[in-house]
Amino acid sequence: MARYEVYVTYKEGVFDPPGAMAERVLANLGFGGVNSVSVGKFIEIDADADIESVRKMCDQLLANPVIEDYRIIVAGEA
Amino acid sequence: MHLGVVRFPGSNCDDVAYAARSCGIGVECVWHDETDLARFDGIIVPGGFSYGDYIRYGAVARLSPIMAEVARFAERGGPVMGIGNGFQILAESHLLPGALLRNEGLKFVCRTETLRVEQSVCRWFDLPAGEVVEIPVSHGGGHYYCDEQTLSRLQDSGQIVLRYSERDGSRLPAGCAPDGSLDDIAGICNERGNVFGLMPHPERAVDPLTGGTDGRAFFTAAVKHLAGTGG
Repeated sequence: MARYEVYVTYKEGVFDPPGAMAERVLANLGFGGVNSVSVGKFIEIDADADIESVRKMCDQLLANPVIEDYRIIVAGEA
Repeated sequence: MHLGVVRFPGSNCDDVAYAARSCGIGVECVWHDETDLARFDGIIVPGGFSYGDYIRYGAVARLSPIMAEVARFAERGGPVMGIGNGFQILAESHLLPGALLRNEGLKFVCRTETLRVEQSVCRWFDLPAGEVVEIPVSHGGGHYYCDEQTLSRLQDSGQIVLRYSERDGSRLPAGCAPDGSLDDIAGICNERGNVFGLMPHPERAVDPLTGGTDGRAFFTAAVKHLAGTGG
């Protein structure tokens, strides 16, 4: 059984409302020097599956290739 | 004229069926696990929150058995209209280009909006370009997005069907679409004009009692133009 961590983020150029909101509010709170914030999804998968299968899971369901990129990290044995 | 209205768990399709019937169209609701649409002249994928929209708007609905059939129906030239969540599902299914994102202002928007009919190849209605209609919107994820290449393709091939506009039909100031939609886009169609998706809800504007009848044109024209063209 392997543990995979999947990060789903918007592609460059796709507007990310929670990220933009966080940027504004952090500035209001007095945090200087915050260049950008992006808010994505973090998905943890425990599965008897190889990384190729996890990639297919992302392509078919977990991410929409029109607007999102994903990154898979093998986090070890579950 | 016999329209199929797809019903997913989480669809709230009854008002679209009512609207179509009130315009003289025969309607049958079809469950999401159906695999035969041959008896229909057109298909409506209605609004709602299919399967809770938990992963992304329409992401699970796209994988249901009926959507494979809807894709085949569209491929054969059959007319398909997706309203609200239905538009999101058609985009997720890649039957329409682009995607619907969460509203730019993060708020669910529920009010009547002014829309301008654009010059397009859409076969779902026959309103003249430049016509202005008042139709309610009711969505949290109606921010239309596509990349620049896709946008210019949409423009060049007459696939932008409806835009949010001022009451006189002129363009909104930049950034004033209710949901932040790119280029104020409220509805698009595919290249052949038989697949049409829109965020506003014409089925909620078919009776003077509930705020106007501008939505009727989206159904009455279907009777004139689409009968007999189904797959």
